Amino acid sequence: MTTSTSLSTAKSGSALIAILFVTVLGVSSVFLTGLAHSQTLHDAAHDVRHTTGFPCH
Amino acid sequence: MLKHMLTGALFAGVLAGLLAALLQYFLVQPLIVLSERYESGELVHFAGVAGAEAGHDHDHAATEPAAAEGAAPAADTAAAPAAEAHDHHHDDGEETPPLTRNLLTVGFLGLVYVGYGLILTAGFALAAQFGIEITARQGLLWGLAGFAAFQLAPAIGLAPELPGTPAADLTARQIWWVGTAIATAGGLALIGYGRSLVPLLAGAVLLALPHVIGAPEPESFGGVVPPELAASFAARALAVGLISWTVLGWLAGRFWSQPEA
Repeated sequence: MTTSTSLSTAKSGSALIAILFVTVLGVSSVFLTGLAHSQTLHDAAHDVRHTTGFPCH
Repeated sequence: MLKHMLTGALFAGVLAGLLAALLQYFLVQPLIVLSERYESGELVHFAGVAGAEAGHDHDHAATEPAAAEGAAPAADTAAAPAAEAHDHHHDDGEETPPLTRNLLTVGFLGLVYVGYGLILTAGFALAAQFGIEITARQGLLWGLAGFAAFQLAPAIGLAPELPGTPAADLTARQIWWVGTAIATAGGLALIGYGRSLVPLLAGAVLLALPHVIGAPEPESFGGVVPPELAASFAARALAVGLISWTVLGWLAGRFWSQPEA
């Protein structure tokens, strides 16, 4: 936080993109495991959905 | 920075997922398998439970009242329709050999905890943008907050349920679940990092809001699984979540606080 303004702006720009990317990746993993309506995914992740408290059935 | 985030989340998520799988195998899976025997009609609550001395009396004396008030079925005839309503989801699950089924569980627990780890790490990186430093100790608190957001708060409205438990429309419940997770995470962040009364109050409102709105509820109760089993499952599911999330947060904070390679 002691870097010059232009440097820190550039740094936070790329940092925000990285943060966004990692968030999307994380949310996708959680969605696939817990929320996707695909019957195959539901059956495969069935026990995990119950234990981790995702709505099931 | 991206590499640092991804590797930290991946390691923390895989380790927490493996721990969750171990706990699930010993504490939770036996209850799920047992509940499916009730769901399929192989076992019948009251009629099929060993040691339910009073249950046999009720079985004959109180069959009609029990069925009328939609309580746990006391006879085969009451169990059959309920099982039929749910078992289509389990056709594949029941045919899957136990080893495959447990390996799938290990895999998906790894996936979901890596997902949680990625979300936590993204949060750490966002906090760093505001000059907030995250160590293993802060990570542990974030893990507890993650447990509250993704499991405890949704469980207030939608208790962890065994197979064979009646519930409201799936999409409606998922919408409430996602909304509750987001509101709880946001509320806890505002309370944890807010610096005045306004974020504190806004955080409290966000925490309460999903429960004021209320979760979608089933039209009636009519589960085929004994309540003792369901209660034990709910408690253990939350306990496994608490332990796994705590370890996930601590590890993710620890990896995040390591110097970037």
